Order: sequence, then C-alpha cells, then structure tokens
Amino acid sequence: MSELRFEQVTVRFGRRRHALTAVDRVDLTVPAGSVVGLVGESGSGKSTLARAAVGLTPVSGGRVFFDGQPLRRAYRGEARRPVQLVFQDPYSSLDPRMSVGASVGEAVSRAVRGRAARRAEVARLLELVDLPADHAGRYPAELSGGQRQRVAIARALAARPRVLVADEITSALDVSIQGTVLNLVRDLHRSLRLSMLFISHNLAVVRYVSDFVAVMYLGRIVEFGPVDELLAEPRHPYTRELLAAAPRAGAGGLGRPDADPGPRGGTLDPADAEPVPPAVADAEPADPHRPPSGCRFHPRCPVGPLVHAERAICRTTEPTAPAHRAGAACHFAASPRPGAPTAHPEPVA
Amino acid sequence: MTTAAAEADRRAGLLDGPWPRFALRRLGRLLVSLWVLVTAAFLMIHLIPGDPVRAALGSTAPPSLVQARRELLGLNDPLWLQYLHYLRDLCAGDLGTSIISGLPVSQLIGDRLPATLQLAVLAFLVAVLVSIPLGLGMAVLTRNGRRRPAELVFTSTTGVLATVPEFLVGVGLVYVFGVRLAWVPVAGRAGPGSYVLPVLALALGPAMVLARIVRVETLAVLRADYLRTARAKRLPDRVVYLRHALPNALTATITLCGLLLGGMVAGTVLVENVFAWPGLGSTIVQSILAKDYPAVQGVVLVYGVGVLLVNLVVDVALALLDPRSTIREG
Amino acid sequence: MRARSTWRDVLRTPLGAAATVLLAAVLVLAVVAPPIWSARADAPDTGQILAGPSPAHWMGTDSLGRDILARVLVATRLSVELALAATGIGVLIGLLLGTAPLLLGARVGRLVLAAVNIAVAFPGLLLALFFAVIFGVGRTGALLAIGFAIAPGFARLTQTLTARVAGLDFAAAARIAGVGRFRLFLRHVLPNVGEPLVVNATIAAGNALLAFAGLSFLGLGVQPPGYDWGRLLGDGLGGIYVHPAAALAPGVAVVVAGLAFNLFGEALAKTIGPRGPLPAGRRRPQRPAPVPAASPPAGGETVLDVRDLRVAFPGPVTPVRGVDLTIRRGEAVGLVGESGSGKSLTALAVAQLVEEPGEVRAERLELLGTDLTAGPVRARRRLLGTSLAMVFQDPMTSFNPTMRVGRQLAEVARTHQGMNRRQALARAVDRLRAVRIPAAARRAGQFPHEFSGGMRQRAMIGMGLMGSPALVIADEPTTALDVTVQRRVLRLLADIRAADGVALLLISHDITVVGQVCDRVLVMYAGRVVEELTVAELRAGGRHPYTRALLAAVPDLTTDRHAPLAVIPGRPADPADPAPGCAFAPRCGFADERCARADPPLAVDGTGRRVACWHTERVARAADPATRPAADPADLAAADPVAGLAGPGPGPAPGPGNSDEREVRIGDQS
Repeated sequence: MSELRFEQVTVRFGRRRHALTAVDRVDLTVPAGSVVGLVGESGSGKSTLARAAVGLTPVSGGRVFFDGQPLRRAYRGEARRPVQLVFQDPYSSLDPRMSVGASVGEAVSRAVRGRAARRAEVARLLELVDLPADHAGRYPAELSGGQRQRVAIARALAARPRVLVADEITSALDVSIQGTVLNLVRDLHRSLRLSMLFISHNLAVVRYVSDFVAVMYLGRIVEFGPVDELLAEPRHPYTRELLAAAPRAGAGGLGRPDADPGPRGGTLDPADAEPVPPAVADAEPADPHRPPSGCRFHPRCPVGPLVHAERAICRTTEPTAPAHRAGAACHFAASPRPGAPTAHPEPVA
Repeated sequence: MTTAAAEADRRAGLLDGPWPRFALRRLGRLLVSLWVLVTAAFLMIHLIPGDPVRAALGSTAPPSLVQARRELLGLNDPLWLQYLHYLRDLCAGDLGTSIISGLPVSQLIGDRLPATLQLAVLAFLVAVLVSIPLGLGMAVLTRNGRRRPAELVFTSTTGVLATVPEFLVGVGLVYVFGVRLAWVPVAGRAGPGSYVLPVLALALGPAMVLARIVRVETLAVLRADYLRTARAKRLPDRVVYLRHALPNALTATITLCGLLLGGMVAGTVLVENVFAWPGLGSTIVQSILAKDYPAVQGVVLVYGVGVLLVNLVVDVALALLDPRSTIREG
Repeated sequence: MRARSTWRDVLRTPLGAAATVLLAAVLVLAVVAPPIWSARADAPDTGQILAGPSPAHWMGTDSLGRDILARVLVATRLSVELALAATGIGVLIGLLLGTAPLLLGARVGRLVLAAVNIAVAFPGLLLALFFAVIFGVGRTGALLAIGFAIAPGFARLTQTLTARVAGLDFAAAARIAGVGRFRLFLRHVLPNVGEPLVVNATIAAGNALLAFAGLSFLGLGVQPPGYDWGRLLGDGLGGIYVHPAAALAPGVAVVVAGLAFNLFGEALAKTIGPRGPLPAGRRRPQRPAPVPAASPPAGGETVLDVRDLRVAFPGPVTPVRGVDLTIRRGEAVGLVGESGSGKSLTALAVAQLVEEPGEVRAERLELLGTDLTAGPVRARRRLLGTSLAMVFQDPMTSFNPTMRVGRQLAEVARTHQGMNRRQALARAVDRLRAVRIPAAARRAGQFPHEFSGGMRQRAMIGMGLMGSPALVIADEPTTALDVTVQRRVLRLLADIRAADGVALLLISHDITVVGQVCDRVLVMYAGRVVEELTVAELRAGGRHPYTRALLAAVPDLTTDRHAPLAVIPGRPADPADPAPGCAFAPRCGFADERCARADPPLAVDGTGRRVACWHTERVARAADPATRPAADPADLAAADPVAGLAGPGPGPAPGPGNSDEREVRIGDQS
C-alpha cells in the first residue's frame, strides 16, 4: 500500500498567448490503499493530471510524491515503475502488431528472470483479469473492447505497481461491458490492496468504486471529501450541479426518490424544483485558455455574483480549499449541516 | 522564425484579431524561406568542387584570364564579404553577369521569364478546369460504391496517365500530333498553335492527379455528418452538392493544387526542352551544361521565388475559404 | 504472420498480380539483358544507319547503325540500378532525418524538422537541378542529386508517421512500463510505420526512375558512351520526324518500368490500408415470426405511424428487422439499445435518410397521415423539411464548417417557406434565441467552430425549429456532451415539447437519459423491439431479460457499492450473422431450447405489456420478491447474474456473469 500525493502541481502547455494551464496548483492525496475518484467535465484537466502522475507529461510546477518521496527518485530506486496508468481507449492503447502476451510481457518487472518464469508471469496476470492464459498468443484485433481493456489492465499490473491510475477506462465501452470492467477494478483493488486514482466524467461510476471523491473544474480541485459525505452534502455549487445531472434511483429516478412523476410522465431532475437563475442557466463552459478571474466558476455559479450582486469577491479573489482534506473551494460554500449525513442530497439554499 | 514570431507577439496588442496575426506570421515564414533560398543559391557556387571559373572557361584558358575573371566576380574576397555583396546586389536587382554571354543575368531572365510563366499558368488553368468538374462528377456518380465499372475505368486511366512524366507525354504528343497528323507545330513559340502541345504535356499528369484527389475528397465530404444534416433539411440536390459539398471538397484540395502548380513550374524545365520553348527551362539546362554559374544561380532563384509565391497564394486562399484556418494558424 | 499474408494478399488482387508480374519482368530483364544483348547493342552496322524497323532490327537502328531494341533492353540495367541506388540514398537520408526528432529529442528534432519543411516546399525536380549543379553533370552527380531530392519528402513522411505512432496510447503505455527510447522505436514505432514506408519507397523508386530519365534526357545525367533510357530518348528526339522509333522505344520502356514500380506500390498500399476485422461468416437471415399488428394507440392524434419497418444492406445484412412504432402528438418516446441494435438506423429510415445501397421497406410509414414511401416527391420533401426535425449525435461534425450558422438555419426557410434572404435570417436569429443562445444575432454571423459543443447542439435543435415540426428525432443528442451540458440540452428538448406539443423520438444507449425525458420506451436488440413499456414500468423493472439486465448493469447514485454490478455476458449480437432463434438467447440466463429454435414475437403478455420473450412468466416470478421463493433456483441466478459472486473472496470468482468466457466462444464462432 502506497500513497500518491500531488503538491501544488501545475501543468502548462504551449507558450505565451497560446499557453494553456491544464492543471493549476493541484493538491491531492490518494491515501494508501484507497480509491480516489476524480470527476470533472472535458477540459477540466483530469487526464492531464493522470499523465503527470506517471511522468508522461512534464510538470511545470509543484511535485508528485510517491510514499513521501518525489516521484523521480522513487523511479530511480526501483527496478519497477510503482505508478501505472490504464488508458481510456482500449483500441489505441494496445500495439496492433504485438501479441497480447508480448504486450503484457514487455511490462513484466525485470525482477522476473528467465523465459519460462516470464511466460508464467504473463499467464498469471491474464488470469488475474479473467482472461484464459491461451489468449497470450492473440492479437488485439481478435479481441472485443472489454477484453482489450482487461489486457491493458493486466499490462499495467505487470509492473507490480502500488498505485494504479485509471483514466476513463469504461467510457469507450458499451454499457453491458462496462459492468464487467468495473467489477474487475473493484476486485483488484481489494485483492491486491492497490491505491487507485480513478478518473471518470460519470459521477455514478466514480461513486461506485471510490472511497474519496475529488471534483475538478478548469484545472483546479474545487471539492474533496469522503464519497458518502461529499455526495450527501455537496458544498461546492459545481459539485451540486454535477450531482443534479447524474442519474439516480434506477432508470426511473427522475428526481429525488420521493418526487412524484409529473403529468408528462417525468420531470428532469431536482434542479427543476430548485429554480435555476436565468443568468446562469445557459452559461457556456469557460474557455480554458482564458480562465475567468477570481473564482473560475463564477460565470456559471447559481450562488455567485451573477445571482447575488453583492458577492463581488467571487470575481476578484480565488477561493482556496484546505489542502489534503475535505473542503470546498468556494467563498460561499454550503456549510455542513449538523448531524449525520443523510442518504440523499438536499438542495442547499 | 522566432524573431518573426516575437515580432508578431509584440504587435499583437496593436493588431489584434486573426487576420493581421495570420498575415504577420505568414510573412515571417515567407521571409525565412526566402533567406534560406537566397543563401542556398549563394552557397551553390561555393559548394562546387574545384574552381568554378576554371571549370567554366575550360582547362585551356590562360591562368591570367582565370585570375582576372575571379577578380571581376569577387571570388577572391572572403566568403562573408562575398555574401554581403551578393545580398547588396540582389537588393539592387543585380543578379550578376553571365560568364558565357557577358550579359546581365537579370536581362536574360527578363527575356525568358514571360514564356515560362505563360506556359505554367495556362497549363495550371487547363488542369484545374478539367480535373475539378471531372473529379466532382465522378464522386457523385460513384458514391456509396455505385457504378463500379465507371469507377474502375476512371481510376485505372487516371492512375496510368498520372504516372507518365511530362517530357514523355511531350514526346508522345509530338509524335502523334506533330509527326503523324502534322496538325500543330512541335517546336518553338510562334502563334497560338504552338502553345497547344506544351500546355497539354504540362497539364495532363497533374490534371489526372488532381481529378483523383478531388474525387476522393468529395467522396469523404459526401459521407460527412454535415451533408447528412443538409439532406435532413431536404434541400434540393443542387444546393446540397454545390453549396455544401463543393466548397468543403475544394478546401481540401487547395494545398494539393499548390503542390501541383509548384511541380508545374519545375516541369517547365523538361517540357521546354522537348518543345525547344524559349523560356527559363531551356536557359537553365544550357547554363548548367555550359557551367555558366551566375546564370544558373539567377534562374534557380527565380524558380525558387516562384514556388514560394505559389505556396503563399495557397495559404491565403485556404485562409479565405476555410474559416477555421486563420484561427488554427493564429 | 501479418507480413507474410500481406505479400500474399497483394498477389490476390488483379491489380497487384499484374503489377507484381510487370515489376518482376523489369527486374529480371535488368539482370539478364546486358549479357545477352550488349554485343548486339554495341555493334555498329554501317550499312543500316538510321534505318527504320526491319526484320533484322525490330526498332530500327541509330546514327551509328546500332540496334535500338537491343540498346533499350540493355539500358534496363543501368536505368533500374541508378533508380534503386538513388532511392536507397534518399530513403536512408530521409529515415535519418525523419527519425531524428524521436531519437535525438525535441530540440534537435525541431531544427531538423524546420529544415525539412522548407526543403519539402520545393518540387523535387528543382532540388535535383540544384544538387546536379553542385555535384556536377554526370552519372554520380545525378545519382546524388536525385537521392538528395527524394530525402526531404521521405523525411517528412517518416516524421509524421513516427510522431503519430509515438503519440498513441500504446507507446505511452510502453514508456510508463519503463521501455527505453530506442527499444520503443524498434519494437513499437518501426513495425507500425514499416509498411507505409515500404509502399512509399516503392513509389519513390518509380519516381526516381522517371526523374533519372528526365535528367539524362536533358543531358545532365548519364554521359556517353554510357546510356540509359533517358539518354536514348534524348538522342532519339532530334530525329523524331525521320525515325520516331528511336525516341518512342525508350519512352515506352520508361513508362512501363515507372508504372511497374508505382502500381506495385499502390497495390501494396491498398492491401495494407483498410485492415478491418475478419469478415464474419454469413448465414441467410431468418425471417422472424410474423408480428401481430398492435392495436391502434388510444387517444391523441398520431404523428408517426410505422409498421414492420425493415432496413437491409447488400450482403445481405438486415440491421432493422420489423419495427413497429407509433408516436402521438406531444408524446416523448425513447428508443434504447446497445451499439449495433439498429436504433439509429431506424431513426434514419423514418426520416428517409437511408442512402443507397441501403433499402428501406415498411408495411406502413406515415408522418402526419402522409405516406412517406409513395406520392409526389416535392410534397414529401416539403413535409419532411418543415414537420420533421433531426438532431444528430455529434454537434462537432454536423454543421457545415465553411458556412455561417445563421445561413445554415436560414436555408431551411428559404427552401421550404419561400422566405427571402432577410426574412429567413431574421427567423434564424429568432430561432437561435428560442433555443437560448445568448447574443443570437451576433452568433448567427459566426462559423460553427466558434460555438461550443452544447451551443452547437442547441443551434441544431433551433435548425429543426425553423419550420413547425410535429416530430423531433434526436439521435443520441447528448452522448458527445458533458453531463452538465447534457442536462441543459435535454431540458431544452423537454421545454420545446411542452410548449408546442411537439412529439419527440429520443434515441440513446443510456437508459437513464431516456428515462429522464420520455413517457414510453422501446428497447431494441438486434434490429427488433424486444419490449415496449412506460417509464413508470421501466422504473419497476422490465419484463424482458435484456431490459432488466440493461437496467441493472448501469450504476447510478443509489447502487449498492458493496455488491458487484450486474453484467450481461457475451457481446452484442452481430446483425450480419443473425441466429435463427431469439437473438438474445446466447446471452440470456433464461434461454432454453425453444429460444434457440424460434424468435419470440413482440406480443402482449399476461399483464398487458408488449414483450418479445417466451419466458416472461419465469422472468417475472424470479424478479418479484413475493413469488421469489417459488421460482426455479436457476432462474434466480439468471435474474441476478452476480448472485454467486457476492462473497468476499480475494480474487474474482469465476462464473458466467463475471468472465468473458462466453464472449470468447462467440468470438471463435465468427
């Protein structure tokens, strides 16, 4: 069990006018042996953070620590790479000209010596992801999307990582396949006692596998907390918006579970009950090249200056979240209500 | 490149918006390419093994004559000084003096350039006018795998014709129309009839290439989502093809048109030699054979500038026709 | 294994076979011609100077009386040799330059790349002339010149290909696994760029041959007494009036040899290019059991009425096999299913947008009471153009990128409502405002790329509202959008429906999205509707095992986090390979021998719901807690596919629910 910690990590692409700060001073900890889910919309920087965690994207500021050591040093000391990444698209993450066995075998730790031992290791890894060992001789083109994603997971496990970063690993799969991969991830986490950073745009999927949830918006973490608490009592308005957009209570869960289906047979979501101010209802997602001043969420915020004119501070000052522990980066975050967290969220005024 | 970019940056405050930025950037690129071209043309003479003057005058020329000619051409100066002189003369429009004829190279070029330009531009127009309707029509006829035989005939014919180089087309044309049928003159530049064969020889290959590409691009556009949208709007076929498909297919082929036009500029060298056309192409070959290096240098420069201008025109046309390109550039 | 099959595949196509034979002939000739014919080629025959074709000299003789045919044949070797040598030089330099960015790092790479980019802008012939001046007139000079002229283009190609492959996820994965730069290049990049590079080298050889002929023809290449085809051609051209064969014979030789190389390269490219999945074995599609006509819908005006809709493609493949669909005014109907279920094709068929060679047949296909399969074309067009709105999946690609958004909307009004330019544009701005696009007038003058994804999708909906639609067909309208944006688009659709009484057909793979907006849901599997139910019934759980599995497989915010997710084993049915019985049977826990034999019709079951399943009773019993004890234990396991896995075991327990074993078997069959 190992801990992965981001400290003030910034990733910048391009120079001058074309500069894009994809990840901006992110503090995030994946505690040893737990799964941290990272949610956010496209362009929020979640995938960049994942690539930075494994050293694929150079970090422009801050540092990534593995078990308290800067990542580079952690790599130098070991014969293996302790942090591994599983990619989103199983169709491009496997070399089409390499057999499954060769792809996985290439990543097998150098500590395993000898041809037979390595072959046995590949067979063991394939079995670990529920693939028959004789699949080692197959090529990616002969496998289905779900099977490819299993191979990709096996390859990541081959390096005997202690932290696994999963970047949208189910979003390219059909719904009937998605479940098998999610189950596998859960089982692997339990049996191998891996720490995981699980990235997805789907809050329901993140909730299903994670112990903690971090919410990312335009390169910043805006809220972090234990999954049950955060979903029961979202404090950042963006988290609340994400939550409102997520499906719940079976297919028919159209609102709060107690909501009566409307005369049309269905309402959209609880936000319909909570009137959304017109000023922000159709606000466009901000351009990551030109992040808004102050709080980045303010042009879309239902509790921000567009609705409450006196809240000018949102335009000028960027709110900060307490690092490494539960909190929301919002000047007007909903305060946690006293008492135990409830099962389902209530709109917070 | 970087200085140009920095310059563009510094002035971005004054001239904001995609167009001025695009213009500055493109101008910067043109200047860099131009500098590389000029330098390459200058170095060309110095890269030749041995003494170019000796080579030009022949081994029997007396040493005093060689020395005098070297002095005259400034070849005894240090290299950087020669380079500066070269640039200075270039700015004044002085391309040097031909070793063989003793005439200024600029005059030589001035005499010969119009003939070459006419040839290249006419051939380009013919190629474009033939190939775009041909490619577009074939794409519409053979979309979704219809009319397989027509497609096969088209692809094999254009494929074979595209491979035959222009000087061989020229020889073939000379044989058929000049020798066998004797319809048109086969050499020299006299009267409109003399243009027919050289222009055809130069245009045929590129036209076939272009027709193939236009067809492929149009097929891709016909499969695009926005064409399905256009059909979902139930627009008349004419509007669907001419307003939605054609502009998009053309933007995709403009770059290629530029490459072809550049290739045609170069192709004139061969075609002019087949048809004894009094242009730059015959001049450069004669000059190379005669080791008349200042003349070669000048003509290479003119050809190079021609190609750079073609590329510039292509980029501007792309920026005009494709609303996304300036944004991507800027 | 792949490489070998590629070469065999080349031979199998007519073009490939012809090109291979031609190329082989040229190469053989290059080897054998000089020893056989060089004596004849060099022997002057003073009695036959510049003679025409004769039995002794098939192609006549040259100015020294030498046999032209023999000279052309002998020249094959030098011509091919020089072409190959020049290609070798060019390819080598190109490879070195092109791989420099990857192997030597970004800084050196950028410099090399800039130089290559400038060189590439100049046509090869100009470069060759330039280098010919430097290297001098003659064989070696021309060789180097052509080699150097090939290099920039090849370098650029190499660089583009390697950069693309090196940027793919599998290369990144190898880097994370600790694979070094050179090993990465050798094992991952090179094998994936090798084939296109070989193709281009072959074509480059053809072009080098032609270029060499050109230089020699100009007198800048091979010098006498040596001769290649270009030289012979140049020598022959002067006498073309008196003796055309002397020019034509080498000309034909050049063309044939150049074609051989180029066609071979093209044939290679075609074989390598589209490497799809292995073709599935095809059986004749079985006609499913006749579908009983559903009772006409009660109440409300019918907007869309479809009976027994079928869409077929040559093959034959029938991805849509008898769909019935009725939508009343103001009703929202959802169509759900996995990829390949035929749901999008159903929508396209209803909208009359299936193109040849696709074939749409239906017993009835009526929009607002008008038959869409017959009648005057103009009237149908107008009806479809004004009364039916389509919203497509990908807002990024569904607008014409070269036209302003306002104009794309205005087009509809100009075509169908006879408005002039200004009226149509005003209407477009009004409609953009109606779909809540801020600053609509300014936005109308912008191009699609200046819109965000959500805004484009709203503009697309606005385009549908240019007429007065009675039905909006939205095909996965939110799949490409972020969740928060997705909600706004769905709400907009719901608002439009509420305000104008517009009916909505919403197609989605996401059963929760459909559940949020629709009144009624049709579940499709393998081209057929397997269940039709209201949203309330969907909430309670479907009757068809597929509907139930689909619901259980998607986690939501109330899913039990401590239990494994339900899964559907196997993979979605292949429309090209329909099984005779129920298409879902291979993945279904309830399936028995009857399911494998006969396809169940979509029929009203005991509770008045329309389900296509032989075992609705068993499914219902296994699902209902009240009757659960009475159910067959096997059914219980089937209804809850992960029941056997809930244990806390360290590794995943094997079982049909959790492994892809079934998937594997199905894969093997095809």
